[in-house]
Amino acid sequence: MLSIKDIKASVEGKQILNGLNLEVKPGEVHAIMGPNGSGKSTLASVLAGREEFEVEGGTVNFLGKDLLDMSPEDRARAGMFLAFQYPVEIPGVSNANFLKTAVNEVRKSRRLAPYDSKEFLKIMKEKMALVEMDKAMTQRSVNEGFSGGEKKRNEIFQMAMLEPTLAILDETDSGLDIDALRIVSNGVNALRDGNRSFIVITHYQRLLDYIVPDFVHVLYKGRIVKSGTKELALELEEKGYDWIKEEVAVGA
Amino acid sequence: MSEDLKILDEVTNSEYKYGFVSNIESDNAPKGLDESTVRFISAKKNEPEWLLEWRLKSFRHWLTLEEPTWANVHYPKIDFQDIIYYSAPKKKPSLNSLDELDPEIKATFDKLGISLIEQQRLAGVAVDAVIDSVSVKTTFRETLGELGIIFCSFSEAVHDHPDLIKKYLGSVIPHTDNYYAALNSAVFSDGSFCYIPKGVRCPMELSTYFRINSAGTGQFERTLIIAEEGSFVSYLEGCTAPMRDENQLHAAIVEIISHTDATVKYSTVQNWYPGDKNGKGGIYNFVTKRGICMGDRAKISWTQVETGSAITWKYPSVILKGDYSVGEFYSVAVTNNMQQADTGTKMIHLGKKTKSIIISKGISCGKSQNSYRGLVRIGKKAEHARNFSQCDSLLIGDKCGAHTFPYIEVGNKTAKVEHEATTSKVGEDQIFYCNQRGISTEDAVNLIVNGYCKEVFNQLPMEFAVEAQKLLAISLEGSVG
Ligand SMILES: Nc1ncnc2c1ncn2[C@@H]1O[C@H](COP(=O)(O)OP(=O)(O)OP(=O)(O)O)[C@@H](O)[C@H]1O
Ligand SMILES: [Mg+2]
Repeated sequence: MLSIKDIKASVEGKQILNGLNLEVKPGEVHAIMGPNGSGKSTLASVLAGREEFEVEGGTVNFLGKDLLDMSPEDRARAGMFLAFQYPVEIPGVSNANFLKTAVNEVRKSRRLAPYDSKEFLKIMKEKMALVEMDKAMTQRSVNEGFSGGEKKRNEIFQMAMLEPTLAILDETDSGLDIDALRIVSNGVNALRDGNRSFIVITHYQRLLDYIVPDFVHVLYKGRIVKSGTKELALELEEKGYDWIKEEVAVGA
Repeated sequence: MSEDLKILDEVTNSEYKYGFVSNIESDNAPKGLDESTVRFISAKKNEPEWLLEWRLKSFRHWLTLEEPTWANVHYPKIDFQDIIYYSAPKKKPSLNSLDELDPEIKATFDKLGISLIEQQRLAGVAVDAVIDSVSVKTTFRETLGELGIIFCSFSEAVHDHPDLIKKYLGSVIPHTDNYYAALNSAVFSDGSFCYIPKGVRCPMELSTYFRINSAGTGQFERTLIIAEEGSFVSYLEGCTAPMRDENQLHAAIVEIISHTDATVKYSTVQNWYPGDKNGKGGIYNFVTKRGICMGDRAKISWTQVETGSAITWKYPSVILKGDYSVGEFYSVAVTNNMQQADTGTKMIHLGKKTKSIIISKGISCGKSQNSYRGLVRIGKKAEHARNFSQCDSLLIGDKCGAHTFPYIEVGNKTAKVEHEATTSKVGEDQIFYCNQRGISTEDAVNLIVNGYCKEVFNQLPMEFAVEAQKLLAISLEGSVG
């Protein structure tokens, strides 16, 4: 479903991704780990189509289409979702109103009739239950005054509403308390249906106890330098990144 | 909120949607302005002698004044001799039912999507429709009549309620007030009159749709609203205008008198033609709006959504004379392309424990200039008066400008005056966040700007808020990317 080949990208003249390859098949969960500043969020931004990030080489195929040729909104409509590391606040726009606009926009692109208010509320209720979100949150302005954890939970709620084909979660676990971590993970697991794929960016192997990945990759200096299964995450937890950095140094 | 998407849909396929000219034969005054023009207008309207005298007095005063230049707006000099000061639809109707309405006029309304029939049935809104200068149709008058409410055109009020007009005309905005007020007082064509008797709560929103409709015709409406003790009224003023090549002058006056314990809410959606992308054409809008809280605990609330006009010069004000009286001003002013707006309010606190609130949201895009100009004056005797002002500016793009000119004069030490101001930009981050959820950039900007204006839109009656959102969407078109 997603095929990234030799992608090179820079921001403000600084090269961040240096020939990155990744292959994600339907239903798979890929975890991406790596030291701070290694390019994980950059990868997410490039996939989501953020303008500041200049793609200098390589190809990305998403569901048979050239992803790099699509506008950010078309990527979203095609089924790509990014749970932001730092969700943005939109004052005065209620969560519910924002989501209704988004969901119906996506439906329109798929030639489906827009949900009316009643249908929409019903679906929203279901999904709220999924992430144990309080009703009051949907009436508040998007992320405005939300605590760090609430923002992350709101991202997962939005994901549940938008039912993407591929979801990229950028450090959704950071800032979550133990209960919230479990709730958010349950929410993600409930959306695993054998077709939907996930790229889970995280620093902590603990999350991967809840959301069990099929593959774990280490991103370092803009490339995936090591891939393995969930055992790799355990090993990283134990040993840190130094041994990987050394391997890279030796290899180079 | 299900309206939002519909509104956003409409945005994508409209240039200036309301830009069309309907063909109603006019009965025009000759071009130009001198005493004979004033006499012509007065005669056309069959006015009593005292009103003609008042007009002439205003005209003579106007001759002694200079056009004001202090506002932060720039435009070619207006040739006041190149304007037609009066035009009326030829078939001057006095209708019993909508069927008798001039089909041309009816079609105009249909194009605007404000079919009177629909309005009557659905919204329970009484519509006093003004096309050019003569009121064509006033509805619901009977229902209102039973409550003693008078809602009619200004000219009718002159004939039917001369005592009220004599007593209140010019009582809040004297003919000497300013250049445009003097001009209006001399040549005003028509407008609305509204009187709410003691203790009556007006059961429906009173609404007037104004349109400028004859090429080269200045429009000088005059509105007078009187709320007697303990009464309540919510008044709506909405504007749409056809596309034009020459600049058109518009200088209206609105006077409000709110007596003891009375409340007047006055809401405006202003959408005069703003001119094209290069600033060609468009309406010059120089309006004087002022209300007075005469008695104790009286209240006047102005809410305005200003999206149109090439030039806007407008400061709806409240004189807080009665003790404990309240003045409110909620404003959204959008400027795009070459538009210029200099707008704000004046709150004049005279009575004890008077309170005022000012919420102003300026949105500038394109190469436009958007200025807030506000005065808060606390008189010597205004013990414990309070004011809170919040003036926010939102910039879209980097070629536009936002300016804030707050004037604060405090004559009493017990008063408390607070002023907050912010300037922000629609963030790339916010737009990208919306994009990532499947929302296009244009829709994202609308969503963000609507959120930004929410405090003001919340003050508008429901149907009007929807209208306001539509206009906002239209005026933001092409502001990004
Ligand atoms: N807009 C930007 N301007 C300049 N440099 C940037 C920008 N965005 C990212 N970078 C730089 O690119 C590099 C990779 O950043 P990125 O956010 O992708 O790292 P990350 O792997 O997600 O790190 P973390 O684990 O801390 O979230 C960093 O050195 C960062 O400073
Ligand atoms: Mg990151």
